[in-house]
Parts: sequence; C-alpha cells; structure tokens
Amino acid sequence: MVGAVLFAGTVITVAANQVHLAVPLAITVALIIATIKGSFVASVFMHLSAERKWIYAALLLTAVGFLVLMTIPMFTVNDGIGTPIHAEAPAHAGGH
Amino acid sequence: MNIPYTVEERPDSGLTNGKFGTWLFLASEVMLFGALFSTYIILRQGSVEWPHGELNIWLGMINTFILIGSSVTMVLSWANLKMGNFSRARMLLLITFILAGVFLVNKYFEYADHLRRGEGPWHSTFLAIYFTLTGLHGLHIIGGMVVMLYLLGPGAKMWVRNPAQYTGRVEYTGLYWHFVDLVWIFLFPILYLL
Repeated sequence: MVGAVLFAGTVITVAANQVHLAVPLAITVALIIATIKGSFVASVFMHLSAERKWIYAALLLTAVGFLVLMTIPMFTVNDGIGTPIHAEAPAHAGGH
Repeated sequence: MNIPYTVEERPDSGLTNGKFGTWLFLASEVMLFGALFSTYIILRQGSVEWPHGELNIWLGMINTFILIGSSVTMVLSWANLKMGNFSRARMLLLITFILAGVFLVNKYFEYADHLRRGEGPWHSTFLAIYFTLTGLHGLHIIGGMVVMLYLLGPGAKMWVRNPAQYTGRVEYTGLYWHFVDLVWIFLFPILYLL
C-alpha cells in the first residue's frame, strides 16, 4: 500500500514537471510531493509513527540542526561583506 | 563477555543499543546530507542561470522506482523474520541487494554518458554538485550492499544461534536503507526536475 503511494507520488512529480509550471510553483509542487513521500517512508517503513521518546528527542535535535543548515543560505543572500554600501557605477568604461 | 541490550530493551530508554545507535548514526547522516543540500541552495541562488533538462529524467525515475521497490522488499524481509520465515526473508533480502545493484548499474550508465561527453564535475557548478550529491549517495548504496551481503552470507548463521538478534540486525539495516531511499526521494526532484 505504502509502496503504491510512493510509486504514484513519483509519477505525479514527473507528470507535473512535464506540464512546465512556473519555476517557483514547480519547486513548491515537487518539494511538497517529496515531503509527503518522505513522511510515508519515515512513518511506516521506519516505524516513526510509533517510536520511543528517546528517538523522537534525538530527531527533534537533528531537525533543529537541519533547519539551521537550511537557514544559512539566507545569510549569504543578505550579507554585504565585500560589497560597498553605496557602490556607484563607474563613470566611464574603457577610458584609456 | 556478552554485550548487554543487543536483544532486550534497556530499562531507561526502552530501546536496544543497536536501534538507538542506528538512529544516532542516521541523525549524523541527516546533517551530512543537510550540509550538501544547503550548499546546493547557495550555489543555485548565486548562479545567474541554472541548467534545466541536463539529466535523463526517465532513468532517474526508473532508479526512484527501484529504490522504492527495494525499501518494500527490505521491510517485507524484516516482517518475515518476525514471523519466523527465514528462507522467505533471505530471498527478499537478496532481491533488495539485487535492486541496489541495478540502481548502481543505471547510475554507471548515467555517469559514463556524461563523462563521454566531457561533462565531469569540473564542467559546471551544476555538475559539480550533481556528482558530489549522487556520488555520496552511491557510496551509501554500496555501504548498504556490503551489510546486506554479510547478512545474506556469514552473518546469516546468527539466525540459528540467536534469531532475535539477527532480526534486530536486519531491522537496523532496514532503517539505514530506508534513509538512503529517503535521501533519493529528495535528490531526484531537485537534481533531475527543477
């Protein structure tokens, strides 16, 4: 049953890609389907739907670390290191 | 000297040492792949343009089916051991091993096709992160196959001596294998489709 859901999810992901959605929408759809498939694998195959609290605690700590890792790229977008705050366009190019 | 809590659960955590150890190992693996996913985001955000359609989607999809199928056979193998059906469990573990091998053969053809066209990791940022992510994932597949081969071969003797411990080992291998499948479930769309 779970295997069938995972197979179907893969087909839907590829089919959605063939429709040529806008990039942000395509990324959202693909990641939502991947998350649903991943949830099935984790909860059923890896028995996370009914596990001991020690494992949940370890995974909670991991999830926090993972979120920090995923947040790091945001800082690289927002950082201004090496970029002049009031950069001005060169007055002329190839002035020699 | 016997190692404690290989079969019976610890009174404090309610877990065997092997199971908790496997989950802690998987937690470290999440951070390893998480760092590479984060790198992928940084590289993609910093790129003026990102190639699309460079990879063979159909081969990637077939490999996704293969890994999902191997996860199903792995969980069925463990379930059969729980029911005391060793021969069937062993056959299902062998099928899992073969499916893992087929995945690697497909990956070989993909790599060979790229390299024949001079598209190695040095060719572009996209291919650099593609080879890094899929190469590391492939190494995990090989690691899983080595463990499965042991459980199919010399490790299978444990079924006679201590069936509960053998079942536990197959369960921990399964946890690792499902994690490898889980990583591919995310790798496939971000590398092949987006």
